[in-house]
Amino acid sequence: MDTTPITTPRKSATFDDYSMSEIRRAAASGIYDIRGGGAKRKVPHFDDLLFLGASMSRYPLEGYREKCATDVWLGTRFAEKPIHLKIPVTIAGMSFGSLSAQAKESLGRGASKMGTSTTTGDGGMTEEERGHSSILVYQLLPSRYGMNPDDLRRADAIEIVIGQGAKPGGGGMLLGQKISKRVAEMRTLPEGIDQRSACRHPDWTGPDDLEIKIQELREIMDWQKPIYIKVGASRPYYDTALAVKSGADVIVLDGMQGGTAATQEVFIEHVGLPTLGAIRPAVQALQDLGMHRKVQLIVSGGIRSGADVAKALALGADAVSVGTAALAAIGDNDPALEEEYQRLGTTAGAYDDWHEGQCPAGINTQIPELAARLDPELGGRRLANYLSVLTLETQTIARACGKSHVHNLEPEDLVALTVEAAAMAQVPLAGTKWIPGLNTE
Amino acid sequence: MCGIVGLFLKDSALEPDLGQMTARMLATMTDRGPDSAGFAVYGTGQAGQTKLTLRGPSVAGIENTVSKLKQTFPGTDAALYDTHAVVAVPTEDLARVDAWLGRECPDTEVVGRGHRMEIFKEVGLPQDVAARFRLATMHGTHAIGHTRMATESAVTTDGAHPYSTGGDQCLVHNGSLSNHNNVRRALCREGLTFETENDTEVAAGYLTWRMREGLSLGDALEVSLEDLDGFYTFVVGTENGFGVLRDGIACKPAIMAETNQYVAFGSEYRALADLPGIGLAKVWEPEPATVYFWER
Amino acid sequence: MPDIDLGVTPLRELNGALHKLPPETNERHWVIENPAGRHAIAAGLNAPLNVEINGPVGYYCAGMNKLATVNIHGSAGVGVAENMMSGFVHVSGDASQAAGATGHGGLLRIDGNASSRCGISMKGIDIVVQGSVGHMSAFMAQAGNLVVFGDAGDALGDSIYEAHLFVRGSVKSLGADCIKKDMSDEHKAALHDVLTRAGFNGEVDPSEFQRYGSARTLYNFNVDHAGEY
Repeated sequence: MDTTPITTPRKSATFDDYSMSEIRRAAASGIYDIRGGGAKRKVPHFDDLLFLGASMSRYPLEGYREKCATDVWLGTRFAEKPIHLKIPVTIAGMSFGSLSAQAKESLGRGASKMGTSTTTGDGGMTEEERGHSSILVYQLLPSRYGMNPDDLRRADAIEIVIGQGAKPGGGGMLLGQKISKRVAEMRTLPEGIDQRSACRHPDWTGPDDLEIKIQELREIMDWQKPIYIKVGASRPYYDTALAVKSGADVIVLDGMQGGTAATQEVFIEHVGLPTLGAIRPAVQALQDLGMHRKVQLIVSGGIRSGADVAKALALGADAVSVGTAALAAIGDNDPALEEEYQRLGTTAGAYDDWHEGQCPAGINTQIPELAARLDPELGGRRLANYLSVLTLETQTIARACGKSHVHNLEPEDLVALTVEAAAMAQVPLAGTKWIPGLNTE
Repeated sequence: MCGIVGLFLKDSALEPDLGQMTARMLATMTDRGPDSAGFAVYGTGQAGQTKLTLRGPSVAGIENTVSKLKQTFPGTDAALYDTHAVVAVPTEDLARVDAWLGRECPDTEVVGRGHRMEIFKEVGLPQDVAARFRLATMHGTHAIGHTRMATESAVTTDGAHPYSTGGDQCLVHNGSLSNHNNVRRALCREGLTFETENDTEVAAGYLTWRMREGLSLGDALEVSLEDLDGFYTFVVGTENGFGVLRDGIACKPAIMAETNQYVAFGSEYRALADLPGIGLAKVWEPEPATVYFWER
Repeated sequence: MPDIDLGVTPLRELNGALHKLPPETNERHWVIENPAGRHAIAAGLNAPLNVEINGPVGYYCAGMNKLATVNIHGSAGVGVAENMMSGFVHVSGDASQAAGATGHGGLLRIDGNASSRCGISMKGIDIVVQGSVGHMSAFMAQAGNLVVFGDAGDALGDSIYEAHLFVRGSVKSLGADCIKKDMSDEHKAALHDVLTRAGFNGEVDPSEFQRYGSARTLYNFNVDHAGEY
């Protein structure tokens, strides 16, 4: 009888459960894996930074009585009607088509209650969103689905999309399950087909020709409204400099944790930069051009709490944008729906097959029965609550650092817990004076 | 990203106006490229002589270099243009002069050399750059100009076009190459040297290398379609010629105009709008992946 | 009848004045001199005006045009009549890249040649080109009619959706999912209608045109067509 003990079964770190399951799926289907959301793997992020609160040399502000202002002006460079937000948090671009009409309405209601903006997505502007959003940013994307001069003129700002953090260099994606009659009409597509989208703009390529395109948009809008340029984090220093040179009023920088409705899994996880690594180079470019605070910077991709907001502002951003968090606030991936997530083969917190349009929360779907589950009034209130908490948390931290306006947060208010975070954010490793790459102390 | 202009004269009566015409074309492309500007002019050459265009760190610096050069190599002709100077040396002395410059004047760069070609480039608005170098007074048979909006490398004179990697050869580029780092490394292994991180310098080096290996400019441009990746419009100058090439996707703009008197190139029609006889010129857009070449 | 010299009047002032005109305006006829290749001339028009532009224009002339008639007596740069909603834009010379790009409606007529990407991403606009069109024309064309009297360059109708393409001359190559289709009487009648609206009163015979359109094999992903994506 052989009594030799066997070794403990050991799975490979390289060929882990996820990788093996993906290989099996690819072999079965012959198509790449498509999902929504942003990069899921761990990357250096705001959690690796800490604030230095008031002490002997810095004095805090009292809560309630001593003001800590949160407002921000966007688009002061060229526009006759710049935008004034009450809070430095906006709602990121998400299309009607990827989201239900009820979800878009919830976002509009919540944002308006808090005095901030929502953004259209790759499908154009709906009446509901224009009606419910007090401040609406209208995206100009490579596809130009639904683009028209009337919506251009009734928007409060235009956002030219070069790319987004989840897929810098990729175009929109909406599969047949979500191309309902209404969506199809808005996008001038046959119902039920899989939308193929362009990744480059049809009538310009490169910042020199973008400059001319921006000139056209300004002429059509009689120079009234601000023009934003949105880029996925890739070469943030040069991208920011070129956006400024092309004539942008505002730059929106989206890191790889920023979500998308749908794209290839490999694109999301392996192309782009973590948000933390993108902010300082972008701010540096603005400073080198003498444009910091004159061309405003909005940062997105993984903003969750007021701590994240405060850190982004401290690193030099003028505002942040939330997408994934906004959807979570109105009910996405709620454990209360766990049974349904299980039926879809997933679990609350992991559900990302939004392209299939079966979202039990009624958010990432065009199926009327599912979408009807989302009450826009309730959704709006929940979003407003969440935005309120973000703002209060940001103010709490700012006051503790002695600031009467959240914009007065600065990099010197921060330290890092890891060498990577210190190098990316260009702040010292906690307890030391060392910034990797910048000094040698 | 950038603006490119080019002018190749068929009518020698226009040669005295070459600089003026080129200066006007360059100025219209300022919006596309406000960071820096440069141009190459093919004027007169003397038999047995080679012209070197030198760029110094300052006006005083280049004056100093030129006076030392004239002391060391008496009989050298020199003309001063702001931070640049054009010196004409007997061709048989070229190697010695190059070596001397490299040793004695390390802060002076040779930006171009050739029988007829002179190159000027600096940081600043195109109009100002043209005025500093008195482009409007120059005459010759053909000229290429470039206005630059820096993309992935810094805004310094080093980043400005035209790039010259061979005698009487120069290149300007609008677009963005995507494999220039690999190509640069391969060319370094072939013995070429590069001063900058710029993609255009790599393209210029690639063409020089191909021609060194025996290809004509036209054939070198043809094979570049295989070896260079990205988006590009190239305008190339040689001693007697002028070439244009767009990549196969041809997203970057390019317009040409031809009359009995000239062939002109511009990134936008605006650059050509003031040329004599433009109203009756044949105006067209070069086809993608097609080499166009004119020679005297 | 306002006569504007763009060498004197700033473009922003001209466009601003044009935008302020209400749809019922009497000041319909405008003449623009000295365009000299400037960009965004008469972009964003919003009323049934009649605008004559005497000379060559730069990029995005008549961009996002609505209701107006714009006659360009010269050549046009990149993106003429881009995203047009309705109305009529007529280019007597050649047009550069992306002519009529993403247009939703109206009619764009080009008497000379159009360059590459003519009708790219078109969403309902009708485009009639008397000359030839360059490569990648009707790329991702969703709806509308592209009519070409001359030839078409490489990759015509690549990734086309439901737009109709009619070419009288040769087609250098067809793009992904674009195929030759039959010309029935119905199609000839539809083409005749477009030609009439473009101002051709019977002097062009629809039977001389070939029809091209989507094979519809890329409408829902199929692994056997993976190479086309």
